Amino acid sequence: MRIAVLVKQVPATEDVKIDNKKGTLIREKSEVETNPTDLTAISQAVRIKKTIGKGEVVAISMGPSSAIKTLREALSLGCDKAFLISDRIFAGSDTLATAKVLSRALQQLGPFKIILAGNKSSDGETGQVGPSVAMQLGLCFTTYVTSIEKVTDDFIVIRRLTETEYERIKLKLPALLTVTKQVCEPDLPSLRNKIRALELKIPILRATDLGIADSEVGLKGSPTKVMKIFRPKIFRKGKIIKVGNVRKAVKEILLFLEKQGVSSQW
Amino acid sequence: MVKQEHTDSIWILCEIKEGRIIEASYETISRAVLLSRKKKAKLCALALGYNIERRDLQGLIEMGIDEVYYSDDVRFAHSLPDDYVQITISVLKKHKPDIFIAAATTFGRTVMPAIAAGLNTGLTADCTDLDIDCKKGLMIQVRPAIGGNIMAVIETPLHRPQMATVRTNLVSLPNRTPNRRGKIKRINFFSSKNSEPCSEWLDSTKIGSKMPLDKAEIVVAGGRGLRKAENFSLIRKLADELGAAVAASRAAVDMGWVDYHHQVGLSGKTVTPRVYIAIGISGAVQHLAGISSAKSIVAINKDPSANIFKIADLGIVGDLFEIVPKLLQEIRKAKGRKR
Ligand SMILES: Cc1cc2nc3c(=O)[nH]c(=O)nc-3n(C[C@H](O)[C@H](O)[C@H](O)COP(=O)(O)OP(=O)(O)OC[C@H]3O[C@@H](n4cnc5c(N)ncnc54)[C@H](O)[C@@H]3O)c2cc1C
Ligand SMILES: Nc1ncnc2c1ncn2[C@@H]1O[C@H](COP(=O)(O)O)[C@@H](O)[C@H]1O
Repeated sequence: MRIAVLVKQVPATEDVKIDNKKGTLIREKSEVETNPTDLTAISQAVRIKKTIGKGEVVAISMGPSSAIKTLREALSLGCDKAFLISDRIFAGSDTLATAKVLSRALQQLGPFKIILAGNKSSDGETGQVGPSVAMQLGLCFTTYVTSIEKVTDDFIVIRRLTETEYERIKLKLPALLTVTKQVCEPDLPSLRNKIRALELKIPILRATDLGIADSEVGLKGSPTKVMKIFRPKIFRKGKIIKVGNVRKAVKEILLFLEKQGVSSQW
Repeated sequence: MVKQEHTDSIWILCEIKEGRIIEASYETISRAVLLSRKKKAKLCALALGYNIERRDLQGLIEMGIDEVYYSDDVRFAHSLPDDYVQITISVLKKHKPDIFIAAATTFGRTVMPAIAAGLNTGLTADCTDLDIDCKKGLMIQVRPAIGGNIMAVIETPLHRPQMATVRTNLVSLPNRTPNRRGKIKRINFFSSKNSEPCSEWLDSTKIGSKMPLDKAEIVVAGGRGLRKAENFSLIRKLADELGAAVAASRAAVDMGWVDYHHQVGLSGKTVTPRVYIAIGISGAVQHLAGISSAKSIVAINKDPSANIFKIADLGIVGDLFEIVPKLLQEIRKAKGRKR
């Protein structure tokens, strides 16, 4: 069984400062990491392959050349092959354009029985890429997968979490699933795989390799445009008490709750 | 030049669960009514479901929808995307709306990207605000970006429909105008011949939560300051005593101390309680994104410079392990006195 995993490299820092005069971002550290949920997806894919007993797991990432590091990590976690999809014309792609590129890559490198993606990236946070890829490839799909119960050559049974319930769904293969961090505990790389990851060649596919024109991707090929950015303003004026005295703190809280009408319900 | 031919209508997607339209969809109507006033556009709703409560469809008209398009079919009994997406795409291709929005629920976030891909248009996820740029006639879509540190203003200038999912629990439900007139039309579609669905719903288990977070009047939230899983029971106990719902920061959820559906913030829920009590939470912007419309906020944190104090109405600088047990004790005492 051939399984593909879509992995994204994201900024590792959560704090981004903004230059209030210029309205631009100050990214202090340009540290990067693999989107945490995608690491879970990789481990899950490797486990499915082990369960089935044969096949290969292919990691695919679209991004700048630094994303090689993410793909090496994928290999060290047990992926058999890795491909970087990289081209200057991809810069500025929104989710539709990104999904277009990834779909084309999956078509070229396929066929795959199962495609796994994270349910969200920690930077873009849209969760749109997975379903968009599924649609562009005409694949059966589901989202928010929290566990995989059964896999055969023809179908897969999963559990997923919605606002109100856990659902069990059976999907015919081929299918695309977006997984949550709950789906499994990510593995640690084995020494053997670590060494292999350093030795394996990671091919780079360019736009022309995939037959993608520059009108389809990047800023030109993205229907959504960022017009401007601003800093969210969240503040209120409150009362801050420093307490050396626990009793006083507790009294203040109870007083506050009473004022809000909370204790009247007791 | 706008690439897709379109009409002036604004459409919303009505999510239906067990025959009833969910409240989050009504919130999107509040949003859409505002947009339609500025655009002077017709408002339409798409409702695909099974055993749909007819009253709810009529209710849509009273809330300001001009035309309701619905289909009542067993294939929509569960929230499987397969036929849902295909049929929505064909309806939208026929009616060519200018704008199409849905609530950013797990369902909305699942079907909308597929629908957008099928229509080859853009989609902005998790908007906190929608508006109309009157000069350009475009929908302004505001969403948190770069991990919630900034807000981005996004437009879809050339593709139609302009699509967005909107965060729930942020605006009030629309007012009703009894006896408002509108059309309710059944959608006719032909099922394709080999339409054996590719996915199948097997069963589901409701997640038991004593107190739904997004409806709670009082919320007690815990963060990394609790240090370990066992200590999170302090939060649960306090919530129990106060009749409150339990919430958590992402740090606490990531640590596995509490389930994801308790997470409040940018990538969790938005809550609007009367009182939000944040305990051992630093107040990262991503967390604040979920509580900025709480009526009041109490924060307990030992670090006087913690960001949470910028937003708190009552801030207690102190050690939660001393304060919370004492607070529990006092509440129990006060209750005892009343009994
Ligand atoms: C894209 C993105 C989305 C995100 N979405 C969310 C989200 O939805 N929700 C969310 O919460 N976060 C979210 N985050 C994460 C967020 O940035 C913070 O990392 C997180 O909120 C921190 O949680 P915390 O306050 O519990 O932990 P910390 O920041 O570690 O804070 C712990 C606090 O506890 C205090 N403390 C420690 N010991 C004690 C004690 N004994 N008594 C009193 N106080 C004590 C400390 O002073 C500290 O202020 C997101 C991040 C990103 C990048
Ligand atoms: N540039 C990319 N390369 C590979 N996979 C991606 C890329 N962007 C998004 N994905 C996949 O789509 C998921 C959701 O991302 P997003 O839609 O950005 O929240 C991620 O967890 C990845 O699995």
